[in-house]
Amino acid sequence: MRLFLIFISLIVSGHAHSIEVYNFENEYQRELYQELTQELRCLVCQNQNLADSDADLAKDLKDQVAEFVINNQDKETILAYMVQRYGDFVTYNPPLNTSTVFLWFSPFVVLLIGAGILIYNIRKKQS
Amino acid sequence: MKKTIISLIPLALLLGLLALLFLNMGYHTEQVPSPLIGKPVPAFELPLLYEEGTLTEQDFLGEPWLLNVWGSWCPNCLYEHPVVTDLAQSGQLKVVGLNWKDEFKNADTWLKRLGNPYHTILVDYKGDVAIDFGVYGAPESFLIDANGIIVHKIVGELTPGNVKDEILPKLAQLQ
Repeated sequence: MRLFLIFISLIVSGHAHSIEVYNFENEYQRELYQELTQELRCLVCQNQNLADSDADLAKDLKDQVAEFVINNQDKETILAYMVQRYGDFVTYNPPLNTSTVFLWFSPFVVLLIGAGILIYNIRKKQS
Repeated sequence: MKKTIISLIPLALLLGLLALLFLNMGYHTEQVPSPLIGKPVPAFELPLLYEEGTLTEQDFLGEPWLLNVWGSWCPNCLYEHPVVTDLAQSGQLKVVGLNWKDEFKNADTWLKRLGNPYHTILVDYKGDVAIDFGVYGAPESFLIDANGIIVHKIVGELTPGNVKDEILPKLAQLQ
């Protein structure tokens, strides 16, 4: 039992450490911060978002995001700030433009091909 | 015959996807293309490592220069140091250092040990200006023209190869 408690407290303390402390004024700001750090990519470890990353640069960028949020900047302004500096790659929710058309629509193309094959097969069976 | 061809389609698709995957493995880099190419240098005012006072982006107008982001903690900066030194000594352009997220003592020791190739060294220990430049790892180098426009960016170390094939030709185009 004691071992179990120690184990649990270790897990919990690890988590307490990884949560950054910012003095947000209200719940809305806290949520906006969470939302943004989950949507922004850490450029050092590129398959992590900022919220999950412990990289030094991720910490700087999180500080920057928190500062903007506390100063009541809106989501678009903060995302634009990051995209201006790091490009569309920085967001996990990239905007639709000429360089991302393929990214956005290739799943639908695959879906259409699949539907085509399906319809072809059904028609063939029926005839 | 027709049936055989149709039943081979999934296999062909799989092979095609595998081929794409392998091609991508060859070409894939973790380099993020900079949206700052062709744009003016972000505004900054930074202190200097060895001199009093501060410099702004305006102080560098008038001739092309290379901004090299480095830190004494960065192993690849050590690796590129001879290349930076050669480029600076060739006198073809002004090489300015941006000492990023470092400590004076460490940076100073590093430079005393290896030699200081830089014309000037700007200091950004908090990392704000580096964020404005879209820096996400050291070393990074920015080639900037006489009007303060960012012409080219190299992520990772300068090598004799990318100096010869990228920096110098771009520089020649400017003159």
